[in-house]
Amino acid sequence: MGELRLMKGNEVIAEAAIRAGVDGYFGYPITPQSEVMETLMIRKPWEETGMVVLQAESEVASINMVYGGAACGKKVMTSSSSPGYSLMQEGLSYIAGAELPCVVVNVVRGGPGLGTIQPSQADYFQVTKGGGHGDYHVIALAPNSVQEMNDFVTLAFDLAFKYRTPVVILSDGAIGQMMEKVYLSDFVPRRTEEEIRKECGDWCTLGSKQHNYITSLELDSAIMEQRNLHLQKKYEDMQKEARYEEYMTEDAEYLFVAFGSASRICKKSIELAREKGIKVGLFRPITLYPFPSKQLYQLGTKMKGILSVEMNAGQMIEDVKLAVECKVPVEWAGRNGGIIPSPDEIVVALESKLIGGK
Amino acid sequence: MADIDIKDIIKEENIVYKKSSILLDKVMHYCPGCSHGVTHKLIAEVIEEMGIQDQTIGVSPVGCSVFAYNYLNVDFQEAAHGRAPAVATAIKRLLPDKYVFTYQGDGDLASIGAAEILHACNRGEHIVCIFVNNAIYGMTGGQMAPTTLVGMKTATTPYGRDVDRNGYPMKITELIAQLPGTCYVTRQSVETAAAVRKTKKAIRKAFENQRDKKGTSFIEVVSTCNSGWKVDPVKANKWMEDHMFKFYPLGDLKDSTRDNPADYEQYIKD
Ligand SMILES: Cc1ncc(C[n+]2csc(CCOP(=O)(O)OP(=O)(O)O)c2C)c(N)n1
Ligand SMILES: [Mg+2]
Repeated sequence: MGELRLMKGNEVIAEAAIRAGVDGYFGYPITPQSEVMETLMIRKPWEETGMVVLQAESEVASINMVYGGAACGKKVMTSSSSPGYSLMQEGLSYIAGAELPCVVVNVVRGGPGLGTIQPSQADYFQVTKGGGHGDYHVIALAPNSVQEMNDFVTLAFDLAFKYRTPVVILSDGAIGQMMEKVYLSDFVPRRTEEEIRKECGDWCTLGSKQHNYITSLELDSAIMEQRNLHLQKKYEDMQKEARYEEYMTEDAEYLFVAFGSASRICKKSIELAREKGIKVGLFRPITLYPFPSKQLYQLGTKMKGILSVEMNAGQMIEDVKLAVECKVPVEWAGRNGGIIPSPDEIVVALESKLIGGK
Repeated sequence: MADIDIKDIIKEENIVYKKSSILLDKVMHYCPGCSHGVTHKLIAEVIEEMGIQDQTIGVSPVGCSVFAYNYLNVDFQEAAHGRAPAVATAIKRLLPDKYVFTYQGDGDLASIGAAEILHACNRGEHIVCIFVNNAIYGMTGGQMAPTTLVGMKTATTPYGRDVDRNGYPMKITELIAQLPGTCYVTRQSVETAAAVRKTKKAIRKAFENQRDKKGTSFIEVVSTCNSGWKVDPVKANKWMEDHMFKFYPLGDLKDSTRDNPADYEQYIKD
């Protein structure tokens, strides 16, 4: 394990990027994630590893900078929060269409519109269902601690290059802003141009005599359909990357399903509920796409009821219901608009919506 | 007279002109009379003459030249509509020793991508931007562009561009020449042999500026779109000379190096 530090989630993203040998970060300020770029600018990684850090003119520009860098086989990333992530959708669709690897961190705040700068999980749909135009998905990782903000940067790049796909770290304002102890990853050197050519030389545009070109365009529908089928096959292959955590599920009769900040609150709710004699456990999807449906089916269908606890109006609940094929009652509990639910109100919701109510 | 085989004529010593090796053997999709083809050829020749094929990365736009990667034998990226300067910025920052150029139409560069081009030029990215201004949206069927002249008929200005309704034609090249990050800003054309030679020189200079890290080079090529303008190629050239050149006069707007950062430091010195 690496160096132990006390850091903010957003700062850790920056530090983890430097340590992971990232080649370029392109971003635009937005609360509650501005510390990512600010930390990078203070750290000056261009002096240490040669990493490029650039403040773009907009999120539209920053995601297209990511496109340009990714197409060169470089490890590139951006970060933003909800309104900025919305602006990136066209670019993400192009990146998915051109099959480029990159990492995007979305430190979600409440919406819609300018909304609030307080933490939220209301971008679940936008992140997990594609977001931009066309049939595509991004891999979505949902950290619930500052430690995972560190760990998921490396994991995200590994998956991005393995599948040549955008990977989104779907965090929220609470994880981004809170300070916790974290074991930082060890330094990995940036790849040399030779190493990149070895790994990505058959497709990347580093300058060559072999006419590599990157595009998402294909006017022949028959070929375009094949490209779509190829993407779908890739998404099928990705299903094996589904990750999740179970907590106190051995004897559970009820189940919370929650990710990110909400999953942390659920752990406290479990303590409170068990004091009252309610046997409840937690299933935490770590990958929101691919959603760990099979695993949730196995566990969830044994339950008397499932409460999908979310900091939104109920988005993940659709995937939860699909996972358990509606074989058990599934209800939603949570808060909106940047309010973090309290552990008690989740227990109250469990009692009223699933135990007392039914 | 003995039969002369074509191979006897095409001998190395007899060759006075040949297609650039950077131009791929593909049938171009451009309409006869379109300026894109000639402009592609000039870029190809410059890349070949400078010997930088394996060090060059092009970025093509959304517009008629979206398939530029099918014609130019260098590594290429097709960018989203208007975003080529952002894409090119990252490529150049990550690969500072490579040659990076964007190739953009007037809708792409001056309308949807206005922010990206202005900011790339303002940062003084060491890239080359080729701007093909045909005063129309060629690819989508001839709608009004920001550069469409007042009174000009297009699919979305069927009675002619009207300032009250559509605003003024934009001289974005003049705007770009004001930006401290640009080193070379010029407006050229490709409708005559002399114009072609001049434009080629300009492109060569732009790539050399990039090599010498002088700042952003920007070349507008005032162009025709006979299909979009609904005239034949000869008339289109004439119309361009008679009308476009008056509003978009040819010549250099700037030829230096990007501004010295030191000149900007005095303002917060105490
Ligand atoms: C986001 C987006 N909006 C609109 C379009 C449709 N579109 C394709 S090309 C084009 C205009 C191109 O005109 P210009 O840049 O002048 O290039 P030309 O075809 O004239 O060379 C438009 C509007 C698109 N592809 N993407
Ligand atoms: Mg045009």
